[in-house]
Amino acid sequence: MSKLKSAAELKKFRQTILDGRDAGKVCVTICLGTGCLACKGDEVHKAFVEEIRKQGLEGKVDIRRTGCHGFCERGPLVVIFPKEICYLKVTPGDVPEIVEKTLIEDKVVDRLVFADEDGRKIVHEGDIPFYKHQNRIILGPNRLVDPGIIEDYIALGGYSALAKALFVMTPVEVLDEVKKSGLRGRGGAGFPTGTKWETTRNAPGEPKYVIVNADEGDPGAYMNRSVLEGNPHSVLEGLIIGAYAIGSHEGFVYVRQEYPLAVANLTTALEQARELGLLGDHILGSEFSFDVTIHRGAGAFVSGESSALMTAIEGRVGEPRLKYIRTAVSGLWEKPTNLNNVETWANVPAIINKGAAWFNGIGTKSSKGTKIFSLVGNVKNTGLVEVPMGMTLRQVIFDIGGGIAGDKKFKAVQTGGPSGGCIPAECLDLPVDFDELDKAGSMMGSGGMIVMDEGTCMVDTARYFVKFLSEESCGKCVPCREGLKQTLLILDRICSGQGREGDLELLEELGEVMTEASLCALGTTAANPLLSTLKYFRSEYEAHIKEKRCPACVCKELIRYYIEPAKCQACLLCAKNCPTGAITGEKGAIHVIDQAKCTKCGACLEVCPSRFSAVIRISGRPVPPPVAAGTPVQRRK
Amino acid sequence: METIKLVIDGKQVETERGTTLLGAARKAGVDIPTLCHDDRLAPYGACRLCLVEIEKNGRKRLVASCAYLAEDGLTVRTETEKIRKLRRMILELLLAESSTGPLESLAKKYGLEESRFEIDRPKCILCGLCVRYCTEVKKKNVTCFIGRGIDKEVVFLSDFSNSECPMCRECLPLCPSGTLYSLYLKGFSGKPETPPNKNI
Repeated sequence: MSKLKSAAELKKFRQTILDGRDAGKVCVTICLGTGCLACKGDEVHKAFVEEIRKQGLEGKVDIRRTGCHGFCERGPLVVIFPKEICYLKVTPGDVPEIVEKTLIEDKVVDRLVFADEDGRKIVHEGDIPFYKHQNRIILGPNRLVDPGIIEDYIALGGYSALAKALFVMTPVEVLDEVKKSGLRGRGGAGFPTGTKWETTRNAPGEPKYVIVNADEGDPGAYMNRSVLEGNPHSVLEGLIIGAYAIGSHEGFVYVRQEYPLAVANLTTALEQARELGLLGDHILGSEFSFDVTIHRGAGAFVSGESSALMTAIEGRVGEPRLKYIRTAVSGLWEKPTNLNNVETWANVPAIINKGAAWFNGIGTKSSKGTKIFSLVGNVKNTGLVEVPMGMTLRQVIFDIGGGIAGDKKFKAVQTGGPSGGCIPAECLDLPVDFDELDKAGSMMGSGGMIVMDEGTCMVDTARYFVKFLSEESCGKCVPCREGLKQTLLILDRICSGQGREGDLELLEELGEVMTEASLCALGTTAANPLLSTLKYFRSEYEAHIKEKRCPACVCKELIRYYIEPAKCQACLLCAKNCPTGAITGEKGAIHVIDQAKCTKCGACLEVCPSRFSAVIRISGRPVPPPVAAGTPVQRRK
Repeated sequence: METIKLVIDGKQVETERGTTLLGAARKAGVDIPTLCHDDRLAPYGACRLCLVEIEKNGRKRLVASCAYLAEDGLTVRTETEKIRKLRRMILELLLAESSTGPLESLAKKYGLEESRFEIDRPKCILCGLCVRYCTEVKKKNVTCFIGRGIDKEVVFLSDFSNSECPMCRECLPLCPSGTLYSLYLKGFSGKPETPPNKNI
């Protein structure tokens, strides 16, 4: 491949790609994002290759390996273009039927398409409710691009924003466009991107650096991962445009070593971009030169904090440093450094191409554009969703997410990663943007959204996040390290029934010192899960402390398993599955749990047939005395 | 050298550009407590006891005075009610792990008798003075941190220490929690030394 030496050559190259492609040709698109790969998506791909060869369709049908489409709950996903027929949960065994029916006979395999609650089949991907309510500026191209083939990205108009920036706009005009767009940092803090760029541009000192923060480490979050894996060129193009605006010639992508596919796809993307002259010296024949190094993170959550990340790139332990002089002015090797999140960079090409006014038209007054969330937890449609800012939590969770799995009741949603807050049902109509989430005691964070149903104990949830943060804090400053340690000890006590009068007030004091006095944002936000659950679910804490009762029946030390004599049908299932032999029972006789032997593993509850539902959990009241051994069951009518 | 004028606790203070708020305050006779600060070392900002309130253009916020550089026209308050409360809580957290000299007198100053937290003494409070002194002043790197979060520790790396430590023992009196000497003994296999200072 020879280097493209002008905007015209890029345009010509694109036209050559398009001319060589038939838009009407059938293309089988297989999602091979991390979720679908884990569900054997790779084998589905192999099966398609094999079956298409067998049926002699080679050359007549294209196969495309793509990144994450988002509807991970129903993976592996296969979308067949041009008709956009979407098949869900495809197994290698389904492939011969798909090839025969859809590729040869042009029919739909009914059993593999989406069916709504009334059983109505939905064939086209875009009509599925999960996708219908989304606005996928960033994620949308994922399904149209093989991340290993730069031509796919260029065919969609990729790198045209870069050409526009380099040849039509001055760096300051690019910067102004981003400023006017109102784009705010997607990493969590929501700092205005253009203003940050301007600070670095105007800061004295050379060289200047630009960084992609891809150190995504929130439990359950995989937005950045999917963008980097599925469409690495979109991030790279944004980064090059940013570097041009800022006046930087050297960039870094700090990506987690735990994301091997992202590292591999990004490495390929960089090589291909260099080969085409889109990266390196004299990009597209212009005066502008820029190159990128990949830095693989060693797996510390705190390294996602900007100053810690820069310390880590410098080769030292990733610890946040005092930044009264901002990293935009004095960052990497004490040089002006602009760091943005993966998603922030990926927004840039669209803003340059379509203009600030277009971007400004999406979202709310203070938060423009879209935001990607990883919608996980007790929700029906787990996956990645991209919605305009300002959509309500209810719309995201119920219209897109399909509501709570198992049709249980919604209890809370935790937004913003481990240091976000838990938002209760009464706030479901909250529009999701940076400021509204802050006001509710949570935060946007990088876009984690964990949905919890009524079977979740909020004290236990707070304990989970506090434990995560206590292990992932760098341990440098006292409020964060010692505050988290003592908070965890107190929450452990409360969950085990050893809570004391005054604990809640002490927890609030701890929350205050962490929030007010910690060194970095990890510490100042670490108390959010604690303080938000104390605010919205205080009665649950009180039940644990005063009544030694866990209302959700989750905290092991506070619950007992019990077989309701009137419901037990003596099926022996629980007795057979009890690992400690704590259940006595014979055919025809009511089964009884020996509380002294019970380890509360919950196996009995799981195996008791739902038509009996005889095993229950009891919390906060004594277990009724056991029935005499051999008491005959009361047969159900 | 350029002079900067600011107000610290109501006093007009003049200082050179590049001075920290802590330096400016101490020079003006205003005491700000610290546990991880040493004039010979780069600001670290870990103990958070030196937090002060600054007011600039009508906006107030808390900053670590050991690291924040004095600016013209800044109003600094070093002992507001809020700061006293935060310091008391920080000391209470530390008191659970150590109650030696410097901590005890600070606790007394802030009206603390005993910590409400589970006592687990004596433990290193991770001020990092020994590690930073060895790195920045002696340039030997004999002590280091390992682990992170609540499992973070200071260690002397045994083999390395035996060959590299200049045996200056200058780190030992820096320790505010009184735990360094035992770590030092642990780090040097089988060569217990007498403590250089009885207070440790």
